[in-house]
Amino acid sequence: MSGFLSGLVPLDTGGFEAPGVQSFDFPPFFASVPWFDKYMLQAIVSVIMAFWLIMARKNAMVPSKGQFIGETAYFFVRNTIARDMIGHDFRRYLPLLIALFSFVLINNLFGVFPLTLLPTPSHVGWPYGLAIMVWVIYNGVGIAKFGLFGYLKNTSLPAGVPVFMWPLIIPLEFVSNIIVRPITLSLRLFANMFAGHLLVLVFVLGGEYLLLHSESVVNKTAGVVALIFSMAIFGLEIFVQSLQAFIFTVLTAQYISSATAEEH
Amino acid sequence: MTPLEITGSLGIVGYGLGAIGPGIGVGLIFASVIQGTARQPEARGAMMGTAWIGFAVTEALAIIGIALAFVFG
Repeated sequence: MSGFLSGLVPLDTGGFEAPGVQSFDFPPFFASVPWFDKYMLQAIVSVIMAFWLIMARKNAMVPSKGQFIGETAYFFVRNTIARDMIGHDFRRYLPLLIALFSFVLINNLFGVFPLTLLPTPSHVGWPYGLAIMVWVIYNGVGIAKFGLFGYLKNTSLPAGVPVFMWPLIIPLEFVSNIIVRPITLSLRLFANMFAGHLLVLVFVLGGEYLLLHSESVVNKTAGVVALIFSMAIFGLEIFVQSLQAFIFTVLTAQYISSATAEEH
Repeated sequence: MTPLEITGSLGIVGYGLGAIGPGIGVGLIFASVIQGTARQPEARGAMMGTAWIGFAVTEALAIIGIALAFVFG
Protein backbone atom coordinates (compact mmCIF):
# COMPACT_ATOMS: atom_id res chain seq x y z
CA MET A 1 0.00 0.00 0.00
CA SER A 2 1.29 3.39 -0.84
CA GLY A 3 0.21 6.94 -1.26
CA PHE A 4 -3.09 8.02 0.25
CA LEU A 5 -4.07 4.60 1.62
CA SER A 6 -0.95 4.23 3.75
CA GLY A 7 -2.21 7.01 5.97
CA LEU A 8 -5.24 4.94 6.97
CA VAL A 9 -3.49 1.95 8.57
CA PRO A 10 -0.63 1.77 11.08
CA LEU A 11 2.80 0.73 9.87
CA ASP A 12 2.91 -3.01 9.10
CA THR A 13 6.13 -4.70 10.14
CA GLY A 14 5.12 -8.36 9.59
CA GLY A 15 4.80 -11.10 12.24
CA PHE A 16 2.80 -10.73 15.43
CA GLU A 17 3.51 -7.62 17.35
CA ALA A 18 1.57 -6.85 20.50
CA PRO A 19 -0.42 -3.64 20.02
CA GLY A 20 1.12 -0.74 21.84
CA VAL A 21 1.87 2.92 21.46
CA GLN A 22 3.10 2.31 17.91
CA SER A 23 -0.44 1.25 16.87
CA PHE A 24 -1.41 4.91 17.11
CA ASP A 25 1.26 6.18 14.72
CA PHE A 26 -0.43 7.15 11.52
CA PRO A 27 1.77 8.69 8.85
CA PRO A 28 0.44 11.85 7.20
CA PHE A 29 -1.42 11.40 3.91
CA PHE A 30 0.94 13.64 2.00
CA ALA A 31 4.56 13.99 3.09
CA SER A 32 4.48 17.69 2.30
CA VAL A 33 1.57 18.36 4.73
CA PRO A 34 2.72 16.81 8.04
CA TRP A 35 -0.31 17.93 10.10
CA PHE A 36 -2.89 16.30 7.82
CA ASP A 37 -3.18 12.75 9.16
CA LYS A 38 -6.09 10.43 9.92
CA TYR A 39 -6.93 12.17 13.19
CA MET A 40 -7.16 15.53 11.46
CA LEU A 41 -9.28 14.05 8.66
CA GLN A 42 -11.73 12.59 11.21
CA ALA A 43 -11.99 15.82 13.14
CA ILE A 44 -12.67 17.77 9.94
CA VAL A 45 -15.29 15.23 8.85
CA SER A 46 -16.97 15.42 12.25
CA VAL A 47 -17.30 19.19 11.87
CA ILE A 48 -18.50 19.32 8.26
CA MET A 49 -21.18 16.69 8.92
CA ALA A 50 -23.10 19.78 10.09
CA PHE A 51 -25.65 17.65 11.92
CA TRP A 52 -27.22 20.55 13.79
CA LEU A 53 -27.57 22.72 10.67
CA ILE A 54 -29.32 19.99 8.69
CA MET A 55 -31.45 19.03 11.67
CA ALA A 56 -32.61 22.58 12.35
CA ARG A 57 -33.31 23.59 8.76
CA LYS A 58 -36.70 21.96 8.43
CA ASN A 59 -38.34 22.50 11.80
CA ALA A 60 -41.95 21.44 11.96
CA MET A 61 -44.67 20.98 14.54
CA VAL A 62 -44.72 17.28 13.80
CA PRO A 63 -41.03 16.39 13.92
CA SER A 64 -39.36 14.11 11.44
CA LYS A 65 -37.01 11.39 12.68
CA GLY A 66 -33.96 13.61 12.29
CA GLN A 67 -35.55 16.45 14.15
CA PHE A 68 -36.65 14.09 16.90
CA ILE A 69 -33.10 12.81 17.41
CA GLY A 70 -31.70 16.32 17.34
CA GLU A 71 -34.24 17.66 19.80
CA THR A 72 -33.69 14.76 22.16
CA ALA A 73 -29.93 15.38 22.13
CA TYR A 74 -30.47 19.12 22.52
CA PHE A 75 -32.82 18.75 25.46
CA PHE A 76 -30.51 16.22 27.06
CA VAL A 77 -27.60 18.66 27.02
CA ARG A 78 -29.82 21.61 27.89
CA ASN A 79 -31.72 20.11 30.82
CA THR A 80 -29.51 17.38 32.25
CA ILE A 81 -26.14 19.04 31.83
CA ALA A 82 -26.46 22.80 31.46
CA ARG A 83 -29.47 23.60 33.64
CA ASP A 84 -28.69 21.17 36.43
CA MET A 85 -25.02 22.13 36.64
CA ILE A 86 -24.84 25.85 35.92
CA GLY A 87 -28.20 27.01 37.23
CA HIS A 88 -30.23 29.99 36.16
CA ASP A 89 -27.62 31.64 33.93
CA PHE A 90 -27.05 28.58 31.76
CA ARG A 91 -28.24 29.95 28.40
CA ARG A 92 -24.99 31.80 27.70
CA TYR A 93 -22.98 28.59 27.87
CA LEU A 94 -25.43 26.33 26.07
CA PRO A 95 -23.88 26.70 22.56
CA LEU A 96 -20.45 25.85 23.93
CA LEU A 97 -21.71 22.80 25.80
CA ILE A 98 -23.68 21.49 22.85
CA ALA A 99 -20.77 21.97 20.47
CA LEU A 100 -18.40 20.26 22.91
CA PHE A 101 -20.76 17.37 23.54
CA SER A 102 -21.47 16.64 19.89
CA PHE A 103 -17.84 17.08 18.82
CA VAL A 104 -16.49 14.78 21.51
CA LEU A 105 -19.29 12.25 21.05
CA ILE A 106 -18.91 11.96 17.29
CA ASN A 107 -15.14 11.78 17.48
CA ASN A 108 -15.32 9.14 20.21
CA LEU A 109 -17.81 7.09 18.21
CA PHE A 110 -15.39 7.07 15.29
CA GLY A 111 -13.69 4.38 17.36
CA VAL A 112 -16.47 1.90 16.54
CA PHE A 113 -17.56 3.28 13.16
CA PRO A 114 -16.47 0.63 10.64
CA LEU A 115 -14.86 2.99 8.14
CA THR A 116 -12.62 4.74 10.65
CA LEU A 117 -12.15 2.46 13.71
CA LEU A 118 -10.02 5.01 15.49
CA PRO A 119 -11.27 7.40 18.17
CA THR A 120 -9.80 10.82 17.44
CA PRO A 121 -9.09 11.64 21.13
CA SER A 122 -6.82 8.59 21.37
CA HIS A 123 -4.11 10.94 20.15
CA VAL A 124 -3.30 13.07 23.16
CA GLY A 125 -3.08 16.33 21.22
CA TRP A 126 -6.84 16.50 20.66
CA PRO A 127 -7.92 16.31 24.31
CA TYR A 128 -5.12 18.76 25.16
CA GLY A 129 -6.59 21.24 22.70
CA LEU A 130 -10.11 20.81 24.04
CA ALA A 131 -8.97 21.07 27.65
CA ILE A 132 -6.95 24.24 26.96
CA MET A 133 -10.04 25.77 25.38
CA VAL A 134 -12.19 24.84 28.37
CA TRP A 135 -9.50 26.13 30.76
CA VAL A 136 -9.36 29.50 29.03
CA ILE A 137 -13.16 29.77 29.00
CA TYR A 138 -13.85 28.93 32.63
CA ASN A 139 -11.04 31.12 33.91
CA GLY A 140 -12.14 33.83 31.50
CA VAL A 141 -15.74 33.94 32.65
CA GLY A 142 -14.59 33.90 36.28
CA ILE A 143 -12.21 36.81 35.73
CA ALA A 144 -14.81 38.70 33.71
CA LYS A 145 -17.28 38.37 36.56
CA PHE A 146 -15.13 39.00 39.65
CA GLY A 147 -11.97 40.65 38.32
CA LEU A 148 -8.58 38.95 38.48
CA PHE A 149 -7.99 39.13 42.23
CA GLY A 150 -11.58 38.52 43.15
CA TYR A 151 -11.59 35.40 41.00
CA LEU A 152 -8.30 34.13 42.43
CA LYS A 153 -9.67 34.66 45.93
CA ASN A 154 -12.89 32.88 45.05
CA THR A 155 -11.23 29.85 43.55
CA SER A 156 -8.43 29.37 46.03
CA LEU A 157 -10.26 30.21 49.27
CA PRO A 158 -13.59 28.54 50.00
CA ALA A 159 -15.85 30.56 52.24
CA GLY A 160 -15.77 29.86 55.95
CA VAL A 161 -12.25 28.46 56.29
CA PRO A 162 -10.64 29.52 59.60
CA VAL A 163 -7.53 31.72 59.32
CA PHE A 164 -5.02 29.17 60.66
CA MET A 165 -5.97 26.79 57.83
CA TRP A 166 -5.27 29.33 55.08
CA PRO A 167 -1.62 28.35 54.43
CA LEU A 168 -2.77 24.79 53.84
CA ILE A 169 -6.00 25.41 51.95
CA ILE A 170 -4.94 28.20 49.57
CA PRO A 171 -2.12 26.36 47.73
CA LEU A 172 -4.15 23.16 47.71
CA GLU A 173 -7.24 24.75 46.19
CA PHE A 174 -5.19 26.79 43.73
CA VAL A 175 -3.31 23.75 42.42
CA SER A 176 -6.46 21.66 42.30
CA ASN A 177 -8.63 24.26 40.55
CA ILE A 178 -6.20 25.94 38.18
CA ILE A 179 -3.51 23.37 37.39
CA VAL A 180 -4.85 19.86 37.93
CA ARG A 181 -8.31 20.40 36.38
CA PRO A 182 -7.24 20.82 32.73
CA ILE A 183 -4.72 17.98 33.06
CA THR A 184 -7.21 15.47 34.42
CA LEU A 185 -9.89 16.66 31.99
CA SER A 186 -7.70 15.96 28.98
CA LEU A 187 -6.00 12.83 30.33
CA ARG A 188 -9.33 11.25 31.30
CA LEU A 189 -10.68 11.55 27.77
CA PHE A 190 -7.39 10.58 26.15
CA ALA A 191 -6.62 7.60 28.32
CA ASN A 192 -10.14 6.19 28.12
CA MET A 193 -10.06 6.28 24.34
CA PHE A 194 -6.46 5.04 24.24
CA ALA A 195 -7.05 2.13 26.59
CA GLY A 196 -10.33 1.23 24.91
CA HIS A 197 -8.83 1.17 21.46
CA LEU A 198 -5.89 -0.83 22.75
CA LEU A 199 -8.28 -3.37 24.28
CA VAL A 200 -10.05 -3.76 20.95
CA LEU A 201 -6.70 -4.16 19.19
CA VAL A 202 -5.55 -6.85 21.60
CA PHE A 203 -8.65 -8.94 21.01
CA VAL A 204 -8.94 -8.41 17.26
CA LEU A 205 -5.26 -8.63 16.32
CA GLY A 206 -4.55 -11.43 18.77
CA GLY A 207 -7.61 -13.36 17.62
CA GLU A 208 -6.72 -12.90 13.98
CA TYR A 209 -3.15 -14.08 14.57
CA LEU A 210 -4.23 -17.10 16.58
CA LEU A 211 -6.84 -18.07 14.01
CA LEU A 212 -4.89 -17.59 10.78
CA HIS A 213 -1.20 -17.84 11.63
CA SER A 214 -0.95 -20.62 14.23
CA GLU A 215 -0.99 -24.38 13.81
CA SER A 216 -2.66 -26.04 16.78
CA VAL A 217 -6.44 -26.47 17.00
CA VAL A 218 -6.52 -25.11 20.54
CA ASN A 219 -4.99 -21.83 19.37
CA LYS A 220 -7.42 -21.54 16.48
CA THR A 221 -10.37 -22.10 18.82
CA ALA A 222 -9.03 -19.46 21.18
CA GLY A 223 -8.73 -17.11 18.22
CA VAL A 224 -12.37 -17.61 17.23
CA VAL A 225 -13.49 -17.04 20.82
CA ALA A 226 -11.39 -13.88 21.01
CA LEU A 227 -12.86 -12.54 17.78
CA ILE A 228 -16.42 -13.21 18.95
CA PHE A 229 -15.69 -11.66 22.32
CA SER A 230 -14.29 -8.56 20.61
CA MET A 231 -17.89 -7.73 19.63
CA ALA A 232 -18.73 -7.49 23.34
CA ILE A 233 -15.71 -5.24 23.75
CA PHE A 234 -17.08 -3.02 20.98
CA GLY A 235 -20.36 -2.80 22.90
CA LEU A 236 -18.46 -1.79 26.03
CA GLU A 237 -16.59 0.78 23.98
CA ILE A 238 -19.82 2.39 22.72
CA PHE A 239 -20.90 2.76 26.34
CA VAL A 240 -17.54 4.17 27.47
CA GLN A 241 -17.35 6.59 24.55
CA SER A 242 -20.81 8.00 25.16
CA LEU A 243 -20.10 8.20 28.88
CA GLN A 244 -16.84 10.06 28.34
CA ALA A 245 -18.49 12.61 26.04
CA PHE A 246 -21.12 13.13 28.75
CA ILE A 247 -18.50 13.40 31.50
CA PHE A 248 -16.40 15.86 29.52
CA THR A 249 -19.39 18.16 29.03
CA VAL A 250 -20.61 17.77 32.61
CA LEU A 251 -17.20 18.65 34.01
CA THR A 252 -16.95 21.67 31.71
CA ALA A 253 -20.31 22.87 32.99
CA GLN A 254 -19.23 22.13 36.55
CA TYR A 255 -16.02 24.16 36.16
CA ILE A 256 -17.90 27.10 34.63
CA SER A 257 -20.46 26.90 37.42
CA SER A 258 -17.83 26.86 40.17
CA ALA A 259 -15.93 29.72 38.53
CA THR A 260 -19.00 31.94 38.44
CA ALA A 261 -20.60 30.86 41.71
CA GLU A 262 -21.45 33.58 44.19
CA GLU A 263 -20.30 33.23 47.77
CA HIS A 264 -22.99 32.04 50.09
CA MET B 1 21.47 -19.79 37.48
CA THR B 2 18.14 -18.21 38.24
CA PRO B 3 15.36 -20.76 38.66
CA LEU B 4 12.75 -18.60 36.97
CA GLU B 5 13.16 -15.70 34.65
CA ILE B 6 10.35 -13.37 33.74
CA THR B 7 10.76 -10.74 31.09
CA GLY B 8 8.42 -7.87 30.43
CA SER B 9 7.51 -4.46 31.61
CA LEU B 10 7.47 -3.65 35.31
CA GLY B 11 5.20 -0.73 34.46
CA ILE B 12 2.31 -3.12 33.87
CA VAL B 13 2.81 -4.66 37.33
CA GLY B 14 2.73 -1.13 38.70
CA TYR B 15 -0.48 -0.48 36.83
CA GLY B 16 -2.01 -3.60 38.34
CA LEU B 17 -1.15 -2.31 41.81
CA GLY B 18 -2.37 1.15 40.91
CA ALA B 19 -5.73 -0.16 39.74
CA ILE B 20 -6.57 -1.57 43.20
CA GLY B 21 -7.47 1.78 44.72
CA PRO B 22 -9.74 3.05 41.92
CA GLY B 23 -11.36 -0.40 41.80
CA ILE B 24 -12.31 -0.18 45.45
CA GLY B 25 -13.42 3.42 44.96
CA VAL B 26 -15.71 2.69 42.03
CA GLY B 27 -17.15 -0.25 43.94
CA LEU B 28 -17.93 1.96 46.94
CA ILE B 29 -19.62 4.57 44.74
CA PHE B 30 -22.00 2.15 43.10
CA ALA B 31 -22.58 0.25 46.32
CA SER B 32 -23.82 3.50 47.81
CA VAL B 33 -26.01 4.19 44.77
CA ILE B 34 -27.59 0.74 45.01
CA GLN B 35 -28.22 1.20 48.72
CA GLY B 36 -29.64 4.65 48.19
CA THR B 37 -31.92 3.42 45.41
CA ALA B 38 -33.15 0.60 47.59
CA ARG B 39 -33.98 2.97 50.43
CA GLN B 40 -35.49 5.75 48.32
CA PRO B 41 -36.22 4.68 44.72
CA GLU B 42 -37.54 8.09 43.59
CA ALA B 43 -34.16 9.74 44.30
CA ARG B 44 -32.41 7.51 41.77
CA GLY B 45 -32.06 10.16 39.04
CA ALA B 46 -30.40 12.70 41.27
CA MET B 47 -28.06 10.07 42.68
CA MET B 48 -27.03 8.72 39.30
CA GLY B 49 -25.95 12.17 38.06
CA THR B 50 -23.60 12.61 40.99
CA ALA B 51 -22.51 9.00 40.82
CA TRP B 52 -21.35 9.28 37.21
CA ILE B 53 -19.22 12.32 38.03
CA GLY B 54 -17.75 10.55 41.03
CA PHE B 55 -17.18 7.48 38.91
CA ALA B 56 -15.32 9.48 36.27
CA VAL B 57 -13.15 11.25 38.82
CA THR B 58 -12.25 7.98 40.56
CA GLU B 59 -11.70 6.09 37.36
CA ALA B 60 -9.35 8.80 36.11
CA LEU B 61 -6.74 7.45 38.55
CA ALA B 62 -6.76 4.02 36.96
CA ILE B 63 -6.80 5.55 33.50
CA ILE B 64 -3.85 7.83 34.25
CA GLY B 65 -2.14 4.73 35.61
CA ILE B 66 -2.42 2.89 32.28
CA ALA B 67 -1.14 5.93 30.41
CA LEU B 68 1.85 6.19 32.74
CA ALA B 69 2.48 2.45 32.44
CA PHE B 70 3.01 3.04 28.74
CA VAL B 71 5.05 6.19 29.27
CA PHE B 72 7.49 4.60 31.74
CA GLY B 73 7.18 1.00 30.53
